[in-house]
Amino acid sequence: MLLIPCPWCGDRDETEFHYGGQAGVPYPERPADLSDEDWGRYLFVRDNPKGRFEERWSHSAGCRRWFSIVRDTVSNEIVR
Amino acid sequence: MRLPEGGRIDRTKPLRFTVDDIEYTGCAGDTLASAMIANGLLEVAPSAYRQRPRGIFAAGVDEPNALVQLDDPMQLATTTELVDGLAAILLSGKGRLIDTPDPTRYDKRNVHCDVLVVGGGPAGVAAALTAGRTGARVILADEQNELGGGLLTENRLLDWLADAVDELDALDETRILTGTTAFGYYDQNFVALAEKHRLWHVRAKRVVLATGAHERPLVFVDNDLPGIMLSSAVRQYVNRYAALPGENIVVATTNDAAYGTAFDLATRVSTIVDSRPEPPRELVRRAQELGIEVLAGAHVQQALGTRRIGGVRVGDRQIACDLLAVSGGWSPAVHLFSQSQGKIRYDERVAAFVADKSVQEQHIVGAANAVYDLAGCLREGFRAGLEAAKRTGFDGSLPEAPYAATETVAPPTPVWFVDGPEDRQFVDLQRDATVADVRRATGAGMRSVEHVKRYTTIGTAHDQGKTAGFAAIGVITQLLGAEAPQGTTTYRPPYTPVSFALLAGRDRGELHDPVRMTPMHDWHVRNGALFENVGQWKRPWYYPRPGEDRKTAVLRECRAARTSVAVMDASTLGKIDIQGPDAGEFLNRMYTNAFAKLKVGHCRYGLLCRPDGMVFDDGVVMRVAENRFLATTTTGNAAAVLDWFEEWSQTEWPDLKVWFTSVTEQWATIAVVGPQARTVLSIVAPDVDCSAESFEFMTFRDVRLADGTPARIARVSFSGELAFEINVDGRHGAEVWNAVMATGLPTPYGTETMHVLRAEKGYVIVGQDTDGTVTPQDLGMEWIVSPRKDFVGKRSYRRPDAVRPDRKQLVGLLPVDPEDLLPEGAQLIAPDTSLAQPVPMLGHVTSSYHSAALERTFALALVKGGRQLIGQTVLAPLRDRTIAATVTEPIFYDPEGTRRDG
Ligand SMILES: [Zn+2]
Repeated sequence: MLLIPCPWCGDRDETEFHYGGQAGVPYPERPADLSDEDWGRYLFVRDNPKGRFEERWSHSAGCRRWFSIVRDTVSNEIVR
Repeated sequence: MRLPEGGRIDRTKPLRFTVDDIEYTGCAGDTLASAMIANGLLEVAPSAYRQRPRGIFAAGVDEPNALVQLDDPMQLATTTELVDGLAAILLSGKGRLIDTPDPTRYDKRNVHCDVLVVGGGPAGVAAALTAGRTGARVILADEQNELGGGLLTENRLLDWLADAVDELDALDETRILTGTTAFGYYDQNFVALAEKHRLWHVRAKRVVLATGAHERPLVFVDNDLPGIMLSSAVRQYVNRYAALPGENIVVATTNDAAYGTAFDLATRVSTIVDSRPEPPRELVRRAQELGIEVLAGAHVQQALGTRRIGGVRVGDRQIACDLLAVSGGWSPAVHLFSQSQGKIRYDERVAAFVADKSVQEQHIVGAANAVYDLAGCLREGFRAGLEAAKRTGFDGSLPEAPYAATETVAPPTPVWFVDGPEDRQFVDLQRDATVADVRRATGAGMRSVEHVKRYTTIGTAHDQGKTAGFAAIGVITQLLGAEAPQGTTTYRPPYTPVSFALLAGRDRGELHDPVRMTPMHDWHVRNGALFENVGQWKRPWYYPRPGEDRKTAVLRECRAARTSVAVMDASTLGKIDIQGPDAGEFLNRMYTNAFAKLKVGHCRYGLLCRPDGMVFDDGVVMRVAENRFLATTTTGNAAAVLDWFEEWSQTEWPDLKVWFTSVTEQWATIAVVGPQARTVLSIVAPDVDCSAESFEFMTFRDVRLADGTPARIARVSFSGELAFEINVDGRHGAEVWNAVMATGLPTPYGTETMHVLRAEKGYVIVGQDTDGTVTPQDLGMEWIVSPRKDFVGKRSYRRPDAVRPDRKQLVGLLPVDPEDLLPEGAQLIAPDTSLAQPVPMLGHVTSSYHSAALERTFALALVKGGRQLIGQTVLAPLRDRTIAATVTEPIFYDPEGTRRDG
C-alpha cells in the first residue's frame, strides 16, 4: 500500500486514490489534424520504464484533485 | 520427559489435552509440541508422500513435520499455545477445511507509529528500549507469547530481560504486542501484523527489523528419522519448557551455536560431530571438560534406526544415541527485509544470504543481520533504536549494555549433503523431496533455484522453505560445482500462514460492502419487492404477487406501463450538479452531441465516449440555469463519470470555469410511466398543466406538489410511453412515493420491467449492450454524433478500425419459435457453420426478454456486420439445442414514436 503525498491533503493511503497513468501526455490541441498514426500513438502508446516515472493520480476519495508524482517503478519510492 | 525443575512453565497449572484422542497433561506456558515432548511423544504423523516416520523437528514457525488439526484446519504443534481441553489430531501434510462458519469476531486496527520494532529477542528489546525512552511512539511486535527470543532458549540475561519488559510496559507511548506476527512488509513502511484475532495495519516512520535467524538442517542419509531435531530446538525445549526430547544425545554441527546446546545438556551428550577441521579451541576444551568427545572435520553420514533414531554413522564409527541435535548453520530471517525490497547478498563469512541494501526507512539488527553474539545483538539493537527515534525527531542517549561477554563467532564449514543414497537424503521434509530430486532438476538443465523450486516443489509447503530453502540452495550449488550460492527464491508475504477470516475481519456478510438504499426502500420491502444489486445499490427487481414467478410478474408490470400506468423508483441514477460560466462549453467537449445552446428548462439525452471513441456512459442532462446543468449517469457509473469530468476539467482544460458536485443522494426520483400518467400527475401535482402542448417532451419545470412539496418534474421517457419523472429532495422521497401510490392507479415496477420496456424500444443499457468496444455508430446512434463540433473521442471515428465493415453492430433478434428465450451471453453463428473448434463467431446476445407487448420473446445482440444481415437467420448453439433467430432492426415497439405524448 503506497503512501501518496496529495499536494492538498498530505500523505494518504493508496486506497483513497485513482491511478491516472503517465503524466505529460496532453490531449492534442486539434485532434482532427492528426494522422491516424499520431492519433493512435496518443491513444495507445505510453512509456513503461523500469525506474523513475512521472505519473498522474487523483485523490478521488479525498479532495478529488489531480496531481503528478515521480515514482520509482522498481522500489515504489516516491521521489517527488 | 519433563525435567524435575527449570523452564518457564507453571507446574501449578496442569492442562489436559489429547493427541489423536489419547489424553495427556501439560503445563501452562507449554506449547503443544513441548507438552508432547514432556510426555515422551516425539513422533508425529508419517510424511505426506512417502509415509516415512517423522518427528517434531523444530520449536517454532519453521516446523516441517508436526502439523495438527485443531478447530483451525492446519496448525503447527510448535506454535500452538497449550490450553486446557486442547484436542489435536496429527496430520500427514494436509489439513481439512472446516465447513461450519467461524463464529470468532476478527477485528482490524490501523495505527501510525514512529518506530516499529519487529522481533522481541535481545536486539529487538534493546531497540525498543532506546527508542521508547526518547518518548517516540514505539510498537514492539513478537510472534511468541513472551518477549525474549533467543534469551529464553539460552537462559541468559533473564533478569535484564524482566527489567526491560517492565520498563517498556511503563512507557506511555510504547506498545508491546506479543503473540503477534509481522507477516507482510509493503511500500512506505506499511507493515501488516497478525495478532490472534486482530489484524494490525501499521504505518511506521522507521522500522527496526530484529527478526532473528533460522537454524538450518543437515542433509545426510535418513536425516528425516524421528529423534533428529534442530540443536536450537533441543535447547529451547530443555531450557524454556523443561521438556527433554532425549537421554543420549549426539550433536552434529557446522558452526559454534550447537556447542551451547551441548553444554546445557552436558551429562546427556556423548559426542559433538563438527564439520570444521579446527573448531575453536576454547569450545573443544570446554566440551572435553564436560566429558563430551569432539570429532572435528567429521560429519554424520547416516542416521540409524527405523521408527526412531538409534545411532549415527560417522565415517567408520557408529555412535549410539536416541536424539541427534543438528545445526547446518544459520539463515538470517531476511523475509520481511526482502519483502520491503531490500537487496540481499551471499556472505561467505557466515555462509548465508544477508541484508545488503535497504530501500525503505529501516534498520536490520542482530541475528537478522548475521550478528550472532549476544553482546553484538544488544549493541546493534540499542544503536538502531536510538537512531530510528532520532530520525523521527526524538532524542536520547545510548545506555550501558548489560553484561554479556564478547564472543568471537568462528566461521562455519557448510556441508550440503553426503555420499550415499541420494533418495534418502531429505532436503524438504514436508514435500519428501531429496537430493535425488534436486539432481533430476539440475540434470534436466535447471540452474536457478526458482526453477528447481518449481520442478521439485521444494519450499512450496506450509513453511515456504524456512528450513528447506537454504538446504536446497546448498545442494544445487554443490551439484553444479558452483563456488557460492547464486540466489534465493523470492520472499513474498505472508511470512507465516494467515487465515482469510483474519484478513476479512468484520468485512464479511452484510458488512462486506456498503449497501446503498433509496429513501423509498422500506416501501419496496413492505410490498414484496425482490432486489437486484446494481453497484452498491439495492434496486427493486420486480414485485411478485402471491403465486407469481418472475416471468408472470414482469409481464404484468410491463402491461401496466404500456396500457395504464406504472411507477419506478429511479433514485439510484447518478446525478452531477455542474456549475460555472463555462459549463455549457465543457459539456459540449465531453458529450458527442451539443449542449452549449440547450435552452434553460430543457433536457437532452447525451452520450459520453472515451478518446478511443468507445461508449462510456449515457444519461439525460437538464439545463437548470444559464450557468448550471444537472447531468444524470447510469447507476453503476456515477462515481466514474464524476471522476471523468474532474480529470478533463483539471488536467486538460483548467482554463474552463466549471465545477462538479455529486448530488445523487440529494434527490429522490419517481418515474411515472404509461398512458394514464397524466391522471396520476393531476392528483399529485394538480397545479401543473401536463398537457402535451404545454408540457413538451424533454422539458422540465420546478413546481409544488399537492401538499406543497417542491419538486422538479421532467418529461423524459425510457420506455417510449408518456412518462414524467418527479424529482424531490431525498428527504421527501418516501412521502411523495406514498402520495403517488395513494392515487390507487399505478403498478410499481422494477429494473427487470424497465429493461424489457427499453429493449422493446431498442434503447441500450451501457455496460449490458456495450462493453467498452462499441462506438455510437455500432449502436446505430449516428444521429447523436455531432458533425459540427469537436468532442472527446470524435477523431477516433475516422480510424480505419472504426469503419471496418465487420464491426459488431447492434441488431434485434426474433427467435423463430416465439416462446424460445435466447440466453443473454449466448454466442451467435451463421447457419451451416461447422461446430468443429474453433467455431467462427458472429457475435453474442446482449439482452433477451419475454415481451408482453409483442406476445413473444425478443433479444438485442451485437453481430459482425449485423445491419447487413437484417432479415437473415443466425443460430445460437447451446449445450443441448440450437435456437434459430431472425435478425431485425433493433426496435420492436412503436417505431414511429406515437405513444410518447400519451
Ligand atoms: Zn487530496
